[in-house]
Amino acid sequence: MARFPILTLALRSISNRAGTALLTILTVAISVTLFLTVEKVRHGARASFENTISGVDLIVGARSSSVNLLLYSVFHIGDATNNITWDSYQAVANAPGVAWTVPISLGDSHRGYRVVGTTPAYFEHYQYGGGRALVFAEGRSFETLFETVIGAEVARALGYQLGEEIIVAHGTGAVSFIEHDNNPFTITGILAPTGTPMDRSVLVSLEAIEAIHLEGPTGAGTGLSVEELEAMDLTPNAITAFFVGLDTPVVALRLQRQVNTYPTEPLQAIIPGVALAQLWGIVGAAERTLAAVAAFVVLTGLVSILTAVLTSLNERRREMAILRALGARPGHIFTLLVTESAGLALAGALLGTALTYAGLAGFSPLLEARFGILLPTLVPGLYDLAIIGTVTLASALLGAGPAWRAYRNSLADGMTIRV
Amino acid sequence: MDDLTASATAPALALKMRDIAFAYARTQPPVIALAQLDVRAGERLFLRGASGSGKSTLLGLIAGILSPQAGTIEVLGEHPQQMSASKRDGFRAERLGVIFQIFNLLPYLPVGANVTLPCRFSAARAKAADAAGGIDTEAKRLLSRLGLEADSVWSKRSTDLSVGQQQRVAAARALIGRPGLILADEPTSALDANSRDAFIQLLTEECDAAGAALIFVSHDAALASHFDRGLDLADINTAMETA
Repeated sequence: MARFPILTLALRSISNRAGTALLTILTVAISVTLFLTVEKVRHGARASFENTISGVDLIVGARSSSVNLLLYSVFHIGDATNNITWDSYQAVANAPGVAWTVPISLGDSHRGYRVVGTTPAYFEHYQYGGGRALVFAEGRSFETLFETVIGAEVARALGYQLGEEIIVAHGTGAVSFIEHDNNPFTITGILAPTGTPMDRSVLVSLEAIEAIHLEGPTGAGTGLSVEELEAMDLTPNAITAFFVGLDTPVVALRLQRQVNTYPTEPLQAIIPGVALAQLWGIVGAAERTLAAVAAFVVLTGLVSILTAVLTSLNERRREMAILRALGARPGHIFTLLVTESAGLALAGALLGTALTYAGLAGFSPLLEARFGILLPTLVPGLYDLAIIGTVTLASALLGAGPAWRAYRNSLADGMTIRV
Repeated sequence: MDDLTASATAPALALKMRDIAFAYARTQPPVIALAQLDVRAGERLFLRGASGSGKSTLLGLIAGILSPQAGTIEVLGEHPQQMSASKRDGFRAERLGVIFQIFNLLPYLPVGANVTLPCRFSAARAKAADAAGGIDTEAKRLLSRLGLEADSVWSKRSTDLSVGQQQRVAAARALIGRPGLILADEPTSALDANSRDAFIQLLTEECDAAGAALIFVSHDAALASHFDRGLDLADINTAMETA
């Protein structure tokens, strides 16, 4: 006690009021936990959102708005304003600087899940979560005409296994009136969960999409046999959109301009990261509101410390007078109270941080699997230290009010306690 | 008395007050108006005063927590009024021991820590207690001298003791580190007659042993016989006459 008598006194004084102190610490801990959890999930949600697709330099579709193109091509929400011709696709695919392209054809569904017509290159180039490739939980890519690969959620929700046959329907509703039931697809692969719209997708080959629409878009499918169909040239005339990978990202802006000014057909190229950020700007308002609410909860926690210190002031005036008589300076009294409120806040913030990380460690697999939220890191970092520091400092500042009152009391009371 | 001012040798007067005037606010009537009060070194002075007669205010002035609007106060040869606020606090920690009426002890500290607390605020008192055989040893000696079983109460919470025991612990705390002046503010008001007499006996004996002067204030005139000298505050504090 000799070196830091006030610190020791503050700790002893707090432990003397252990019940109240614990409740105060718990209040701060809960508010810090809520704030940090919201922050972590918020950043995780944003990062996961912006990483819904990665490794793709450009997405090209019919001219509309960039957010619309992103929504239907990546999130499978809404519809394309128009298709783009195979010739235009080929023209861009063969442009200098283009390393690879993956075409997609949308418009059909299976029990509410979007069907994506594409090529096996999709599995090779589509990435999410900052460079994570698609992985097959079971099976393999589609190879022959009426084979399909389904996303993790499709398999889980509908209880599908490898080898089962499914019917693709025209349109995108959960209930379809026109089913291409002449041509069932066999499931050859089930993708591992990604937390992206991929989990809710059914992937087939472009040729299969062409085949089931040979007799018009609204028919039951084609009556031709698989052998007959495979002998045919099923190259589509039009596709919905395509993903582009470039040799070097510096080409992106030039190619984007070339696509956007393509004379033969009105096309549009978007850079996924930019469009995702634009989209987040629209949907992010809720997330910012949540953060603001969490910040207010922290403020409530701090006010609870202020209340605890203030209510203890009157009953502690005698304690202050005794300390003064023993030689404690008014500054000591001030420091004692500020140390107490800062100490309570520090303990609460540390406990809150520990609770947050323990909770996140326990729930992060669930968050990833069910909501597709990838938490960036589960080790406390500078941000958490800054939060702990801010809460402690704010509490010390709040504690300065009652501390000043105690200081004034101790000056006025002297050794006489007029309570 | 000129040779009794502060010097290298111990002053013959523990307290010398002259022409003191004090009011809590300039607009309020004075609480203390005192022409002269001297207490010799090692003297045991009983100061009687009715409730509201300014006893505690006078002790606050002597302890340097309150400052008079007029007059001079010399405590143990020093002039606390002329010191900075922090020096005055340091002086009080070093040279004065204080015993309150009741609830003297910090409830969150065990008895041992309560007794040794002045040594945490004053290096001089820590040194003096150390020289007497060690801070804890000296604290236990004082507790034993005041009639407590030092080892059994040492780690107890002060709230687990009787009021009489608490007052003895408070006395031990005031005496540790051999301060030159002990101020006792109605320390026996919560004790019964037997405990009160025993406590005063022990306190005065220990003050004698430590060579400390004692100013004991109380409203109970019957206690005067325990002391070298008794004064009635009403006789020396003219503020009460004008009030």
